Amino acid sequence: MSETTPAAETRRRRPQSLIAAGNILRFLAKTPTSAFGLLVLAVLILTALFAPLIATHDPYLQDLTNTLAPPDSAHLFGTDELGRDIFSRLVHGSRITLTIIFLVTIVVGPLGLLVGTVAGYFGGKTDVALMRVTDIFLSFPSLILSLAFVAALGPSLNNAIIAISLTAWPPIARLARAETMTFRSADYIAAARLQGASPARIIWKSIVPMCLPSVLIRLTLNMATVILTAAGLGFLGLGAQPPMPEWGAMIATGRRYMIDSWWLVTFPGLAILSVSLAFNLLGDGLRDALDPKQMMKR
Amino acid sequence: MPTDPVRAIVGEDATREVYETVYRQLGLDRPMWEQFFVYLRDVASFDFGTSIRTGQPVLQDIVHVLPATIELATFAILFGAGVGIPLGVLAAVKKDRWQDQLIRIFSLMGHSMPIFWTGMIGLLIFYAALGWVGGSGRMSQFYIGLVPERTNFLLIDSALAGEWEVFRSALNHIVLPASLLGYSSSAYITRMTRSFMLDQLGQEYVTTARVKGLSRRQTVWRHAFGNIRVQLVTIVALAYGALLEGAVLIETVFAWPGFGQYLTSNLLIGDMNAVMTCVLIVGVIFIALNILSDLLYRIFDPRTR
Amino acid sequence: MTSDPILDVQGLSLRYPGAAEPAVRGVSFTLGRERLGIVGESGSGKSTVGRAIMKLLPDAEMSAERMRFEGVDLLRASEAQMLKLRGARMSMILQDPKYSLNPIRRCGDQVAEAYRTHVRCSKRAAHDKAVAMLAAVQIRDPERVYGLYPHEVSGGMGQRIMIAMMLLTDPDLVIADEPTSALDVTVRLQVLKILDDLVKERGIGLIMISHDLNLVRNFCDRVLIMYAGRVVETLDARDLDRATHPYTRGLLAAQPRIGGPRAPLPVLQRDPSWTMEAPA
Repeated sequence: MSETTPAAETRRRRPQSLIAAGNILRFLAKTPTSAFGLLVLAVLILTALFAPLIATHDPYLQDLTNTLAPPDSAHLFGTDELGRDIFSRLVHGSRITLTIIFLVTIVVGPLGLLVGTVAGYFGGKTDVALMRVTDIFLSFPSLILSLAFVAALGPSLNNAIIAISLTAWPPIARLARAETMTFRSADYIAAARLQGASPARIIWKSIVPMCLPSVLIRLTLNMATVILTAAGLGFLGLGAQPPMPEWGAMIATGRRYMIDSWWLVTFPGLAILSVSLAFNLLGDGLRDALDPKQMMKR
Repeated sequence: MPTDPVRAIVGEDATREVYETVYRQLGLDRPMWEQFFVYLRDVASFDFGTSIRTGQPVLQDIVHVLPATIELATFAILFGAGVGIPLGVLAAVKKDRWQDQLIRIFSLMGHSMPIFWTGMIGLLIFYAALGWVGGSGRMSQFYIGLVPERTNFLLIDSALAGEWEVFRSALNHIVLPASLLGYSSSAYITRMTRSFMLDQLGQEYVTTARVKGLSRRQTVWRHAFGNIRVQLVTIVALAYGALLEGAVLIETVFAWPGFGQYLTSNLLIGDMNAVMTCVLIVGVIFIALNILSDLLYRIFDPRTR
Repeated sequence: MTSDPILDVQGLSLRYPGAAEPAVRGVSFTLGRERLGIVGESGSGKSTVGRAIMKLLPDAEMSAERMRFEGVDLLRASEAQMLKLRGARMSMILQDPKYSLNPIRRCGDQVAEAYRTHVRCSKRAAHDKAVAMLAAVQIRDPERVYGLYPHEVSGGMGQRIMIAMMLLTDPDLVIADEPTSALDVTVRLQVLKILDDLVKERGIGLIMISHDLNLVRNFCDRVLIMYAGRVVETLDARDLDRATHPYTRGLLAAQPRIGGPRAPLPVLQRDPSWTMEAPA
């Protein structure tokens, strides 16, 4: 009996969260706009996974005899100033975009959760100190703050990701704090405290799981901004460096030839637009599916 | 791409001795905390240092470039609020109908577009192909230096000087970047207006107005709109601040000699005095906008008086 | 009852969008220059009847055999026609002045607006008219109150302002939707008295929607008892004690009475068949 209990418990708990996730997915799939968002993201992930299979050419292979060729059957989206196939570069660029999304998420989520839950749980001076720091970060537009960080760290894709993460955590921290404040005085937290659980344990075991769903939604909502900021940094030459096929950087180099060769900037731009639109549509749907009031807050 | 400030001054070929001297002159040999306090002391006395790139005091540079950006951002916010607020109200009144869906997609598009790319596509279509608007810069090359700089706001300066040709050219050049920038900020304004309006339309006083015999339109504009004005002011102020962000990118695309371009070009060479000051100024503008919206709050809402 | 009714409603039914059950089903009554009470518990559809008459629920599905107001067929009336009726010939007093007055406009301006919407006149004339009306609802310093914002007046004062606003244009029909429920007990009677005097004096047809049996008994001529969207019984107010329907009897029995027996009050027993029954 005692051996079966934990297993039974996890079995009981798993399906519940799965059912919730299923319900949300079903709701999203029913709304045409968010279904479109889901579709685009699925395409993005598949493209990134199977990039070498989908790409028709080597994204780095130069062909100086065939530069700035307009779109045709051999080169779906044309070639760039060094004769590289733009379609293949876009396909491989999806990996960079996914990397950015993934890394920013795993940095921002835990950081925001940590600051927010600690501030919310302890309250008092800890709260004031942490929230002041958060406010300072929040009072700058994120791109300008990222610019300052990249300037200090030096331009590269990794530094761009770090800079974006440093500017993206405050809203998450705010949210986690607000959530924590509502749970802090709940009876089950008091019970855990009376049993002698340390604050770290209470935060990790009891508070973080409660904050997680709303934090994940908030992260989805912010992802569009993250993608645009990353592309903007790439465009300014402060993100991914050539010859990497990062979409923003592709637009930056294509800019010189844009009057005669429109395809150099048009296709990477459409790629950025569709991914950030997908996240926005998805976030919009999630906002409708779940608590609308809370998500509006910055 | 050098981000070493010393290299930026002495150049790539300088000898080791020259490099060391400049390194010491800039105070870079001192400990980090000491550099920081020296910087704080200088800032407190309004000494923001000298730009390595231009060789001028940073503050003087900024006084020169900031008006160009403010001019652009102001036009953009006029456009953004002018489009965003009516669309938001319409979306709320027609909630869940096709108008609402259309507006939602239109505004999410604006929110999702990489502004630097939209700028280029805009230039390709409206300048290169159609020739409806002026191209890069604040005015035609032809007019540069024609108007005496008084306020550095080109539209004001050219009007003061009576140079209407220049004024027209300036207007022609500002339309495209400002409306693209405005479109991107209208997304946020539209969404917030819609949600504020929906809140108000559910209130009892709206029913009262309808009972009095006011039409839906009169109810929305005479009664409900007054109650969201307060919140809208805050939103528009926030959006105005966020425009500075979009300005950094769009100024690069349009070769707009403003604050954003100044910031990025200094960033690329590691001119930290200039960069730090720019970031500080953005912060100050944000705080100023917050205070301003607080003040307007008090004017618009009798309950806070 | 006078010869020709102000309002004649037959078989009114209404369903809110997305709702499974209609909120109002088959409600019929006529109203002359009298005071009609509609009593029922919350959710019985009594407020919906009031809003349906004014056609303030455009999204809801509404049907009726007949719905006439002084020779106007409300069922077929266009929105433009309704705009001319609402506030001029029919109006409605809402429950809580805290919410039913626009918080950012001066009380007096809101009263004057009711007049200016229907009568072409100068600002000055509307102002004078509003001040006079404020005086008529026994506000002592109407000029001062005219300039106050809703958050600066008390609940009783706010409701008097509401009454002034709704009676200013001399309507023939006034629907009072729980006009005193949000007020302190001490000012309730005073406000009701003001309303009652004005209604009598001007010969207005009044529909008083309330959950308070005693209030309706004292202030109305006739009473409709509603339950689950249906009218279960119609009575003269003075015959209320002789009600026959078990629901009405149950309501009456559940009223505490000074000097009554000290035993616990009986709990209303509901019978599902009441919702099936044809309207009384």
